[in-house]
Amino acid sequence: MQTLVNVIAANGLVTAFALVGLTVWLSHWLSRVLTHGRIHGSAIAILLGLAAAFWAGKATGGTRGVADIGLLSGLGVMGGGMLRDFGIVSTAFGVQLSELRRAGAIGVVSIFTGVLVAFVAGAAVALTFGYRDAVSITTIGAGAVTYIVGPVTGAAIGASSEVLALSVAAGVVKAVLVMVVTPLVARFIGLNNPQSAMVFGGLLGTTSGVAGGLAATDPRLVPYGAMTATFYTGVGCLLGPSLLYFSVRALV
Amino acid sequence: MVIYGVALLAACLLAGQYAGDLLGLWLGVQANVGGVGIAMLLLVLASSSRALRPLVTDEAAGGIRFWGAMYIPIIVAMAAGQNVVAAVDGGLLALLAGAFATLTCFLLVPLLSRWGPPGTPLPPPESVDSATGAPR
Repeated sequence: MQTLVNVIAANGLVTAFALVGLTVWLSHWLSRVLTHGRIHGSAIAILLGLAAAFWAGKATGGTRGVADIGLLSGLGVMGGGMLRDFGIVSTAFGVQLSELRRAGAIGVVSIFTGVLVAFVAGAAVALTFGYRDAVSITTIGAGAVTYIVGPVTGAAIGASSEVLALSVAAGVVKAVLVMVVTPLVARFIGLNNPQSAMVFGGLLGTTSGVAGGLAATDPRLVPYGAMTATFYTGVGCLLGPSLLYFSVRALV
Repeated sequence: MVIYGVALLAACLLAGQYAGDLLGLWLGVQANVGGVGIAMLLLVLASSSRALRPLVTDEAAGGIRFWGAMYIPIIVAMAAGQNVVAAVDGGLLALLAGAFATLTCFLLVPLLSRWGPPGTPLPPPESVDSATGAPR
């Protein structure tokens, strides 16, 4: 037994490959048997991943989900930023430049609209909960943009650690919701072509949420949505501590 | 050679991330601005360039497609590494702020899509390989 544990511990990434393979197989089986293929296997696999992350977070008290369990740390490598970005870029192989160019302008518009709308929505909720200082309202609003924009903005304008934590939590809620809800609503928001996928990526913007949501909807849309989403966090970090903060300060 | 494709992919990602970091510095932002998007553009350009043909055809293409097919499994691993507890324990404010922002933006997708050029729906997924997007 100890020998087996040693093997697993010494081969983290390989263990992750095997484990994820098993999860994907189980998910496709569940999709076929329980939902007759109505809910895509990938969507179920992502849900199982999130459920495991919740359980692991409760069990370990850590912040990196299953990756905080020593034996399963390889999942952190496999699902970490490096391989995620490597995978996202590879999906662009075979994409037509003409498709990207066609929706380029509306894609840019959607990025700025997405940052602004998410910020206003988050800031409005902060106001409803009784926050009246510009720094806290801005930080929570920025958290609703993405969980990176929140703390970057908050740190730049000197928010309290309690508010920083709230803004990260708001961003994580958004990322998780986008992953889970996208495949369910794709049909109703016309998310079935490259152009609307670019608009979707720009509006929602949270890289992991968009990446997961589109993967569970139709993998062929991933490169288009990822293309715009990847600019979103940068634009958010640019506007958060500057334009958005000054606007809030002028208003309260 | 499979590695040629993988190396091209790696070079695109590194160049894109570098450009994204430089763009962030130039804008005075503490974040990478569009690094992955720039990398994707580089890959698209590379795959249509005549000079780089040996890096994007035959076996080398297989090296790029493999990672495209690994994309969903990587996303499953990513989901398993999310801080879901923070999302749930963040309380009502975090939940409402995140949910309200998500919902409004979802509702805007069809509106903004209408402003842009009309999109043609992709053919039904059954007719293509779901992992690579290539016709079966």
